[in-house]
Amino acid sequence: MKLEGSVIFEKLPREDSRSLQPIISVEGLTRVFGQDPQKALELRNAGCSKEEIYEETGETLALYNVSFEVMPGEIFVLMGLSGSGKSTLLRCINRLIEPTGGRILIDGEDIIGMSQDELRAVRRRKLGMIFQSFALLPHQTVLDNVVFGLEVQGIPEDERYPRGEEVLRMVGLGNYGTSMPSHLSGGMKQRVGLARALANDPEILLMDEAFSALDPLIRREMQDELLNLQQRLNKTIIFVTHDLDEALKLGDRIALMRDGEIVQVGTPEEILTNPENAYVERFVAGVDMTKVLSAQDVMRRPEPVVRCAAGPRVALHLMEEHDIESVFVVSRERRFRGLVTLDDTLEAVRAGRELEEIIITDVPTTAPDASLTDIISLAVESPYPVAVVDDGNRLQGFISRGSILGALARNGEKTRATA
Amino acid sequence: MQLPRLPLGDAVEALVDWIEDYCSGLLDAISAGLQFLVDGLQNILLFVPAPVLILLITVLVWFVTRRDTRLAAITALGLLLIWNLELWDLSMLTLALVITSTVLALAIAIPLGIASARSEPLNAALRPVLDFMQTMPSFVYLIPAVIFFGLGSVPAIIATVIFAMPPALRLTNLGIRQVPAELIEVADAFGTTPRQKLIKVQLPVALPTIMAGVNQCIMLALSMTVIASMIGAGGLGYQVLVGIQRVDIGMGFEAGLAIVIIAVILDRITQNVVPPQQEDR
Repeated sequence: MKLEGSVIFEKLPREDSRSLQPIISVEGLTRVFGQDPQKALELRNAGCSKEEIYEETGETLALYNVSFEVMPGEIFVLMGLSGSGKSTLLRCINRLIEPTGGRILIDGEDIIGMSQDELRAVRRRKLGMIFQSFALLPHQTVLDNVVFGLEVQGIPEDERYPRGEEVLRMVGLGNYGTSMPSHLSGGMKQRVGLARALANDPEILLMDEAFSALDPLIRREMQDELLNLQQRLNKTIIFVTHDLDEALKLGDRIALMRDGEIVQVGTPEEILTNPENAYVERFVAGVDMTKVLSAQDVMRRPEPVVRCAAGPRVALHLMEEHDIESVFVVSRERRFRGLVTLDDTLEAVRAGRELEEIIITDVPTTAPDASLTDIISLAVESPYPVAVVDDGNRLQGFISRGSILGALARNGEKTRATA
Repeated sequence: MQLPRLPLGDAVEALVDWIEDYCSGLLDAISAGLQFLVDGLQNILLFVPAPVLILLITVLVWFVTRRDTRLAAITALGLLLIWNLELWDLSMLTLALVITSTVLALAIAIPLGIASARSEPLNAALRPVLDFMQTMPSFVYLIPAVIFFGLGSVPAIIATVIFAMPPALRLTNLGIRQVPAELIEVADAFGTTPRQKLIKVQLPVALPTIMAGVNQCIMLALSMTVIASMIGAGGLGYQVLVGIQRVDIGMGFEAGLAIVIIAVILDRITQNVVPPQQEDR
């Protein structure tokens, strides 16, 4: 399965970010929940699994030897099932959870060695956090919630309230400053959460399942809004989610986690097309392939095609030879013309008519990067296969209903086989 | 074979004697201070003419309950009834005792409650002490109080403080511990100092629970000041006691009714001081 140039992944990692220093770099991060971390680590080094270690010692190995780097301006998604350690990892980055071992560098400074005062300064200036359950203070108005971080920094009221209003407008809640959080819908609450994190103007946003508590429609809206904001503000975002669709949509790069370890880091394409092992493959298998696959992934090569100038006998011969009932017709420059059916061709041969006269031109066409979702409706509406043509109307391939079903079935088999 | 009886009672007596002998200066100072407080408060309450005070309390109830006119009317009628029954002065003494004891109890209970919410060892140490204080029959507090402070208002206040404190302490502790973990994470993630976290997040979010503790504290203080009439605390409780001794049902009933009226008013005020919070979920 090749996905080169697929329309879904237009957000390739920015070229310029490659040359910069990583803003966050995590090296060999480990976290054990329990009384005797050393024992758990010894067992892990001896090759025991997370479950075996728990049974043996009662220690939970939440993170083991996790290393990755995040570039400035990147949306880095931590993805995994519940219990995979992704939220623990996120909380280690601002030390809401103390790591057992390893290093975390933010702008080159190791935050694990920091004193409480230094850590507070980093949390205030560089790190914003957004929570799954919104976590707004119920006794304060929306505006007071938004300026919470500024208030904590001791910024005077006449400075922090204008800033709060500004950020509220940015997330589309300009008129809700005086409302109480309990009067807002889930989506609005999370906008407040986002505004609160943005008010401090941090370089890094830590988002913990930020949209998971929202219903699907609002969720998509918030994802789009986040991408919009990201384009304007160019923050570095670490986004935790258990939802692969969300990860694919938002992530410049995705780190897939399992049992406290990173299984694979890569761009969405890399994860989808080159799953590093069976686990990643299984995770990826759940993706709605109609959204991920494009025309060129499922199309077949147009073999044979018949030139327009050739006669009906040539077309008939080709169809007989390949045992097919229709054939595509192209011009001399391989521009797409239409197709002829076996019945029409036989008729033309008998009546001595030209091929040109029997070409059926109302064949649906689509671009190579169109998504399968769009193609399915085309294929359903037309009795003919869908022709895939490029910008110059040159025939690239064709998609029959069979090939669509085949592509989906291949994916379905994979899901079943590993379920 | 019979085991020798442990001299527990003797030991307690010895301890009390020791305190009496060596801490009398401190005890006298406490006594003088408390007497001053309760007398001062009572004088203030009695200085204001009864109709004026009734009006003030009624207006207070009306505002605190967010303009509950019915409750304000009941308050006014109840207080007028007390005045009419000529129990006003006694009621003000009882009120002075309740307020003094409650303020003292809260001054101890709330900081200790906060401290025990933040420190597991302190919490573990306080728990059996609180259990002891709450299960020991309230009359028992009266004995050492009388020994140390004699008869009168002061031992009544001491006994009341001990009796009324545990629920306020427990509920403060509980309220702070029940602040949702994610709100604590918010505070930490945004770089609060421990003090900012307490003042801006923990206390406000725990406030409804803490106020339930304050309410309990006042109610217990009121019931204890009645019992404390046995050691010479004046007020409505003494009137009830006299009613019992003389088998004067009418007298006992009138004083009892006045206590109920005060209890209802105090309860409604404290329950409504903090506006009800809608859950953020």
